Amino acid sequence: MSSIGTGYDLSVTTFSPDGRVFQIEYAAKAVDNSGTVVGIKCKDGIVLGVEKLIPSKMLLAGSNRRIHSVHKHAGMAVAGLAADGRQIVARAKSEATNYERIYGEPIPVKELADRVASYVHLCTLYWWLRPFGCGVILGGYDRDGPQLYMIEPSGVSYRYFGTAIGKGRQAAKTEIEKLKLSDMTCKQGIIEVAKIIYGIHDEAKDKAFELELSWICEDSNRQHQKVIFKHNKTLLILFVWKEINTLF
Amino acid sequence: MDPDLSAPHSMGTTIIGVTYDGGVVLGADSRTSTGMYVANRASDKITQLTDNVYVCRSGSAADSQILSDYVRYFLNQHTIQLGQPATVKVAANLVRLFSYQNKNMLQTGLIIGGWDKYEGGQIYSVPLGGTVLKQPFTIGGSGSSYLYGFFDQAWKDGMSKDEAEKLVVKAVSLAIARDGASGGVVRTVTINAEGATRNFYSGDSLPLWHEELEPRNSLLDILVSGASPEPMSI
Repeated sequence: MSSIGTGYDLSVTTFSPDGRVFQIEYAAKAVDNSGTVVGIKCKDGIVLGVEKLIPSKMLLAGSNRRIHSVHKHAGMAVAGLAADGRQIVARAKSEATNYERIYGEPIPVKELADRVASYVHLCTLYWWLRPFGCGVILGGYDRDGPQLYMIEPSGVSYRYFGTAIGKGRQAAKTEIEKLKLSDMTCKQGIIEVAKIIYGIHDEAKDKAFELELSWICEDSNRQHQKVIFKHNKTLLILFVWKEINTLF
Repeated sequence: MDPDLSAPHSMGTTIIGVTYDGGVVLGADSRTSTGMYVANRASDKITQLTDNVYVCRSGSAADSQILSDYVRYFLNQHTIQLGQPATVKVAANLVRLFSYQNKNMLQTGLIIGGWDKYEGGQIYSVPLGGTVLKQPFTIGGSGSSYLYGFFDQAWKDGMSKDEAEKLVVKAVSLAIARDGASGGVVRTVTINAEGATRNFYSGDSLPLWHEELEPRNSLLDILVSGASPEPMSI
């Protein structure tokens, strides 16, 4: 990499001569190597899905959650450094409660995304801070309907119909683009997200993983809710594999 | 019997907020007193907060003014931040927040009324301690104590705009008749999907109740016309 050895990649507060801030780009790299995180906006809500890589077989199933609730009507999925993600979630939670305390109604998703993005961006402006090593997908439901945002370590936030971050983002995005999101319900969408995550996972090469899912839709009373399939896991995997084989 | 002109200006008041089919009507009298002295007989106690939210003020004139100024400022910022009009609920909650946080310093009760596209016409009352109450109609100020029975009898769900406005004007005029601290003219603000409309009802156009006297011309007019050279004999 051209930056190595030039000394311009050590500080977040120094631009390189060609106008880049390398520390932010390195932070983005931390995200790119993480398990894939997928978010889609269906006609009636939002579905979030995470391919949570399991570093050790001795870990308790269901621990180290990567999908968090921010408030009743919004949830966040984290890719990259999970600990950094928790910091962002904590900030999002306090922004949401603070807003509600002052204005007496739930924070609009756009406003929440803007505030979280400002916070993430703040950490790219001071020499005594480092940028967050994670990207988050924020889904929420407010009076203007369901909305999906992605916030990157640089502090940019964009609104999406569907998006993905992490190792398998390219493949996941290609799959999302094939979906007819505008006439898909969350019930159908959550299966698609599960299929995508199982589909992009390379059993031979990648570590073992756990599928984490959540949604915010009419069925969940417009509230953010973890989704756990009633069937046991092997049944689900068999089911999903069968679906995948008919697909590819 | 000298009036204490250094007493704080307060609005012994009659204020009313009523919802109707499609919007709200706010009403108020116009008397501001300094103890016994009427400091302003044509004050405007219905203050604009945003395009679609107004507030009726009662109690200390200074307190209610500063409070509504703060709320207006915060609502303006909020409107810019969200890029869309603030809702009535947000306005009411800000009034509540400041009323509650400064309850030891404030002597004011407010009625917030307005219209927004999400919940239509709404009335909120924020009395002295800083509670917020959403109500189909509410009355406030010293004059309101004379009106509870009237409203229990006369208020109906699903009134038309004209019915609601007539009710408000009648109610304020009734309170003016009984309450010494209310008087002057009646002002109303009607808010609905089309926006806000102000109305004015001069004191001599209001109905007379009970033993009320007919309005009289000023002493000067009486003397000039030579009707009665002895004003105190009236």
